[in-house]
Amino acid sequence: MKKTIRFRLNGKPTTLETDGDRTLLWVLRTDLGLTGTKYGCGEAICGACTVVVNGEAVRSCSVPVSSVDGAEVVTIEGLTRGGKLHPLQEAFIEHGGFQCGYCTPGMIMNAYAFLRAHPKASREEIVKGMEDNLCRCGAHQRIIAAIEEVAHGAGGAS
Amino acid sequence: MTQRHGIDRRQFVKLVGGGVVVLVTTKPSALLAQRRRLYPEDLNAYLRIAEDGRVTVFTGKIEMGQGVMTSQPQMVAEELRVAFDAVEIVMGDTARCPWDMGTFGSLTTRMFGPVLRAAAAEARAVMLRLAAEKLGVPRSKLVVENGVVSVTGQPTRKVTYGELAKGRRILRTVDDKAVLRKASEFTVMGTSPLRLDGHDKVSGAGHYAGDVRLPGMLYARILRPPAHGAKLTKLDTSAAAKIPGVTVVNKKDLVAVLHADPETADQALSRVKASWDKPQPPFDTETVFDHLVKVAGKGEVTSSRGDVAAARTAAVHVFESTFHKGYVAHAPIEPHTTIADVKSGKATVWASTQTPFPTRDRLAEELGLDPKNVRVITPYVGGGFGGKSAGLQTSEAAKLSQITGKPVQVRFSRAEEFFYDTFDPAAVVKLVSGLDANGKVSLWDYHVIAAGDRGAAVFYDIPNVSISVAGGWHGRGRDLHLFGIGPWRAPGANMNVFAKESQIDIMAAAARIDPVELRLRNLTDERMRRVLQAAAKAYGWKPRVAPAGKGRGRGVACGIDAGTYVTLMADVTVDLEKGTVHVDRVVAAQDMGIIVNPTGAKMQMEGCVTQGLGYCLSEELRFTGGEILDRNFDTYLLPRFSAVPKIETVLVRNDELDPQGGGEPAIVPMGAVIANAVFDATGLRFYRLPMTPERVRAALAKKGATAAAT
Repeated sequence: MKKTIRFRLNGKPTTLETDGDRTLLWVLRTDLGLTGTKYGCGEAICGACTVVVNGEAVRSCSVPVSSVDGAEVVTIEGLTRGGKLHPLQEAFIEHGGFQCGYCTPGMIMNAYAFLRAHPKASREEIVKGMEDNLCRCGAHQRIIAAIEEVAHGAGGAS
Repeated sequence: MTQRHGIDRRQFVKLVGGGVVVLVTTKPSALLAQRRRLYPEDLNAYLRIAEDGRVTVFTGKIEMGQGVMTSQPQMVAEELRVAFDAVEIVMGDTARCPWDMGTFGSLTTRMFGPVLRAAAAEARAVMLRLAAEKLGVPRSKLVVENGVVSVTGQPTRKVTYGELAKGRRILRTVDDKAVLRKASEFTVMGTSPLRLDGHDKVSGAGHYAGDVRLPGMLYARILRPPAHGAKLTKLDTSAAAKIPGVTVVNKKDLVAVLHADPETADQALSRVKASWDKPQPPFDTETVFDHLVKVAGKGEVTSSRGDVAAARTAAVHVFESTFHKGYVAHAPIEPHTTIADVKSGKATVWASTQTPFPTRDRLAEELGLDPKNVRVITPYVGGGFGGKSAGLQTSEAAKLSQITGKPVQVRFSRAEEFFYDTFDPAAVVKLVSGLDANGKVSLWDYHVIAAGDRGAAVFYDIPNVSISVAGGWHGRGRDLHLFGIGPWRAPGANMNVFAKESQIDIMAAAARIDPVELRLRNLTDERMRRVLQAAAKAYGWKPRVAPAGKGRGRGVACGIDAGTYVTLMADVTVDLEKGTVHVDRVVAAQDMGIIVNPTGAKMQMEGCVTQGLGYCLSEELRFTGGEILDRNFDTYLLPRFSAVPKIETVLVRNDELDPQGGGEPAIVPMGAVIANAVFDATGLRFYRLPMTPERVRAALAKKGATAAAT
């Protein structure tokens, strides 16, 4: 059933007339052209599709678009402001926290939400906070180092 | 033949435009002679210096995370003497790049690298010749740095590469005279600039095949059998066809539903009613090994020396072991995805593939098109590990586009990914070895089934050796395996090194010799001794006989792969109640010849160690006959953050040797290093991977029962 869904997407008011049962991931990737959010497993297991809704990490492959009605949604594209990368994105580059890069948007969005809630998280807490995001290339050690730097160096994500 | 494998010279020159273009041809060349099998064509163009001084490298290789998008421009910048950031790279596009067989086998740096460097060195020579004419001084008086040629001692008398290239259309071919720079002269190679794909990948702007969107594109979902070998007996697509906008295709073995919205296509597929005849499962996850042993036959002896039978009689200790490993998935986070646009006798395809050129040639055949009318473009590939050498989805997307006349995307679901993966095969190794009274290995009788011979060779000094191989990692048809198998990061070597290096420790423990000491006692290969000693030093290895027991242990294992020597040392903690194995620390030492990009090399080593944890501890594809039981990451368990040890990498310098492979070597000793450490921790020897908590618990319980009974 078509309905009107209004939300803020990467800071911009967005209105969709669409079936509210459609999955957020596919609405983002098709209607809204934001392909930075990836399909990995389709069952909220791997985290490649992670976006941030009202400050919390959400698996966009497993929630209906109607669930973001009235919400604030941030995708990987929304972290870069005016062409300037977010400190987390900078840290991922600096530490080599990626290889193939396919899980990276989900990793960064999960870390972004995690650091908002735990700005001074310890290494152990970061490991726990990232536990449910899968990387197959084995960039884990450097991903943790990147997040740690933001947590301890810059004082958490803004 | 040029037609079949690449564009011809005229087409290419037209395509790249003016400037200076350096090609590599197959004319007799010492450099190329040994590689001709890999670069067989009349034309392989590698780089162009444009009129603005920009340098573009064209390569058929692809970037799937291994970092060659950065290391290849480094090689060119080094030899050409330009700044690293003056080099651009175009990869994996069959219309713009020279033919290439594919990105696998750690060959990019090892085999393609020297050719690329030679082309850049040749371009530098061309530039120096042009500058000599322009500046009116002999070449010997010229120096070049950062793309500027100047007269020695007179820095104001200078000319840039861009100025030299202006208004010209020079074609050069590489000849034998290309002199490569020495490692001691390097300023760009041997450094670690930030990766060129970094911004794209952290910003979400980088495109993977599935991110390409074309007007009018349809998303296809394809009817899949419940098991490999199942036959379709009844089909009813009428309910699916009723969904507005759905196109149903039913041609030969291809039944698909397509829609402009991917989820509507999913829904349509769920309304397709199909009945299948499933064959009786002939074997499963547990019984596959007996099947392999029975069916594979005796195989072929690939290497032998001395007298194995006589040595067996003479040996003081004889050790007889059988090792097993199940099927392992590639499980890249990006599933196989292709977008195909086939119309008016032409096909353009964006594919997640490790083999753009072979894919193009195959598609041309399947679609009945001239190869020159088929273009395969490879955006970033979201992980390959060998699994994206295969490309069923590309054939399907192209066929469906040809049938519907619209651009079509085929993207595997995770279940399809687990169903159509070309798995690392289940394999068996039977090994008999012998030790004399001095701790010298006197006998090595090795038989590997279904893993092939990569990594099977022995690098210890053993006088009596027989190695035989039955069935390779690329399979041998349906009699051996019920579903697809294929190359998986260092194909076959993971199994072979698991068996070999476990056996060395079995002997060391029995003879009460420290496992590093036993290795050194039997090793004269200087490279391997150096690497092993470097690892021992970094780890802080103190001689001791295994097992220590008490749930904590250490292990060592060595391997040679893709020309690179590697030693791993690991600490593990085994939870004696739960049976879980946690790897706490891994030291990885590696001699890979000249190192193009040290950070990139370390990232690959860390990736190898981390990915390798999976096949050691948790990853084994479960199946019953042709039915795959693991369909997603909830039951097929990849290593997660908490499983990752502290990884310390040591690059053992060897500037005398050309760069060797880096993407695979460090994964091959993982099975043995962890199994050896688990033995040290528990006294339990595991002959089968993975060492899951259930198996460890079972073994602990059995040991406990035995201890209680005696």
